[in-house]
Amino acid sequence: MNSIVQYIQSYLASDKTPGAAGNMFWALVYIMLVFVGLSVAVIAMNWLERKILAHMQVRLGPMRVGPHGLLQPIADAIKLLLKEDIIPAEADGLIFWMAPFIVVLAAFTVFVVVPFGPTHAITDMNIGILFMLGVSSLSVLGIVMAGWASNSHYPLIGALRSSAQMVSYEVAMGLAVVSAILMTSLNATGTGTLSMIGIVQAQQAQGEWFIFKFFPLGLIAFFIFAVAMVAETNRAPFDLAEAESELTAGFHTEYSGFRWSLFFLAEYSAMIAVSSIAVTLWLGGWLRPFPNLLSGGIWELVFSFFPGVTFLFFAAICFYNTVRMPKHPLFRIQTIGLAAFGVVLALIGLVLFIPAVSMRVQDIFWFATKVAAFMYLYIWYRGTFPRYRFDQLMQMGWKVLLPMGLGVLILTASVALLQQKLWHP
Amino acid sequence: MTESDSALSHLDLETPEKPFLDANELVINMGPQHPATHGVLRVILRLDGEKVLGLECVIGYLHRGVEKIGEHRTYTMFNPYVDRMDYVAAVSNGLGYCETIEKLLNVEAPPRAQYVRVILTELNRIASHQLWLGTHALDIGAITPLFYTFRDREEILKIYEKYCGARLTTHAFRIGGLQYETYAGFEQDVRNFLNFFLPKIDEYEELLTTNRIWVERTRNVGIISGKDCIALGVTGPVLRASGVKWDLRKAQPYANYKNFDFDIPIGQNGDTYDRYLVRVAEMRQSVRIIEQAVEAIPEGPIMAKVPKVIKPAVGEVYHSIEAPKGELGYFVVSDGSTQPYRVRVRPPSFVNLQALDKMCRGQLVADVIAVIGTLDIVLGEVDR
Repeated sequence: MNSIVQYIQSYLASDKTPGAAGNMFWALVYIMLVFVGLSVAVIAMNWLERKILAHMQVRLGPMRVGPHGLLQPIADAIKLLLKEDIIPAEADGLIFWMAPFIVVLAAFTVFVVVPFGPTHAITDMNIGILFMLGVSSLSVLGIVMAGWASNSHYPLIGALRSSAQMVSYEVAMGLAVVSAILMTSLNATGTGTLSMIGIVQAQQAQGEWFIFKFFPLGLIAFFIFAVAMVAETNRAPFDLAEAESELTAGFHTEYSGFRWSLFFLAEYSAMIAVSSIAVTLWLGGWLRPFPNLLSGGIWELVFSFFPGVTFLFFAAICFYNTVRMPKHPLFRIQTIGLAAFGVVLALIGLVLFIPAVSMRVQDIFWFATKVAAFMYLYIWYRGTFPRYRFDQLMQMGWKVLLPMGLGVLILTASVALLQQKLWHP
Repeated sequence: MTESDSALSHLDLETPEKPFLDANELVINMGPQHPATHGVLRVILRLDGEKVLGLECVIGYLHRGVEKIGEHRTYTMFNPYVDRMDYVAAVSNGLGYCETIEKLLNVEAPPRAQYVRVILTELNRIASHQLWLGTHALDIGAITPLFYTFRDREEILKIYEKYCGARLTTHAFRIGGLQYETYAGFEQDVRNFLNFFLPKIDEYEELLTTNRIWVERTRNVGIISGKDCIALGVTGPVLRASGVKWDLRKAQPYANYKNFDFDIPIGQNGDTYDRYLVRVAEMRQSVRIIEQAVEAIPEGPIMAKVPKVIKPAVGEVYHSIEAPKGELGYFVVSDGSTQPYRVRVRPPSFVNLQALDKMCRGQLVADVIAVIGTLDIVLGEVDR
């Protein structure tokens, strides 16, 4: 009994991720946490996207299911689960069945190496970033399978577009990633790392996020990645594979119900995954902003309040809207529900003020905040940009981003070499 | 060879391009249920990969036999039916019909009615162009302009609602003038709308005109020359964007358009971007016309002397107006009875749709969507 308790406790003092420490129990706990957290994030993202997009478009968005439509994603999920599972008669059954699972698997597996904090990752691999890029690009396989197996024209065109798009953007994306990895080798030993945690630690050690490194080289590499990642996830303005007005729904035209919702889930978790890569490589991962400028005990304390304050802020929004709810008895349950939601958020916020807790979740908070900023960008793009045409997209991938990526890589390498040879011989 | 044959011969519509490397050509049925065909248009596309080798429009899914109905209704009773053809520009349809019958009867609507007609018709042109802009942008993937244009179109519909009780199929005009006197505060409402609307045009333009993706998606897409337009009978903004300065409001002034000072915006390249610019500029010109009309609205009767039972003398008449989508013509034959012997409508959408194949050959699937949007067709009018 004691040994079990010890085994469970053993990880808490460790400075490694549970996977790297070989602690199966905590690894499992983390897997559960990541899975649940990701699902919640996708649900929240669904609601936020509708709401934010709606407000950009002078409308209200979901308002009926729950206060301010808060329960809409759940209602939709239930609806999708209850829908009839249709496999078209002419479809290739097995491949049609497998495709959404491959897409979901690819989208979720990448989170094995995503570092939410120095110890908050399922595991730390020495090839972390390669693993992430490799696995996340597997999803195109699922998309092509879905398009092919549907045995229908629109999905086929959607799948073709998707595969061509992935191929042309992954190269530029890879080059941008390599230039960031090069930057990790700017230390005394001159060895870089592919480990996701190592990359963030390199930024910490160099005292600079890679986006600002060798200005503007880091910024350009980040920009290339930021464009390529939108294309990679098939989101507006690169949502050609599922262009609604052209291909009805693209590769998932023939899918419905639960299978369709798997594609949906995969799309959003892929968005979170690529945003995590961008945050890890260029925006300092879990590191808080201004560690050099605003250092010292007081600032540490101030920044440790951020998670709690954020949740209290959300709670305050809830309470504000509770007061503004219509006073009609029909809205009573909704008003109570919104108040209860606010109370839950406030309680979470208060818990986050406890030093022991805030110490441990601070890195997760900063990481999540940065990812959330990317999520907002995704929604913003969708509300602003028209859709690129197929050939224009390829043109941009091959003729603009690829040469830019190569140039940035060569320049970064040269500057890094010069710096090592000249300034630190 | 007659002259009309030579005009059409250079179009070369019969010989499709050879598929690339003998690739299997893909035949896709787009519509009648498709998000971007603006109703129930069915387009059969022949594709080589994404490239369009040719296409064929299949129409008739919204056919209601409006012209035939006209033969079984009295002249007055048929009036509301024409609203149902181009339902986003119902007022223009009504104006065309009423003026045609007035021409047949040899009466003229009194000046006050003429001014109100111009105001309502130009408001309708704005509303029609707004709806076009929103849906066209939506087809190309920009979802936000749709909601902006619908928000502003609402103000026009409110004016209609206050004037005649209906918002969409208004039946605003009567043969010989207007049925309703304008409500108190009509002029003020219209002025308020104009003040509200002018900055909104800038807002739409801000979203699209200089948007890099928008320009790339629309420039050099669906090019059609002025010559081809004339050969195919294409009219309206599509014709004007190809550089032909032809607007019936100036060319054969009807109603009292000769009293107003306005420009005809034209484009040079005849591509989708030019058609966008022309329509946006037309909205501004419509605002100019309404501004002048609302200042100069005279007092007086609103109905000319028209008999209760309309029984025109035996004869026939063709009259056409510049509807938001192009030349809307009515050819009415009277056999001296209370019902027209024949009502033939020349709908701009139907004729403009002919140019689709010409404009789409050799372009990509995504361009077909853009071109259908830029032609600004309403299937109610195509099929009648």
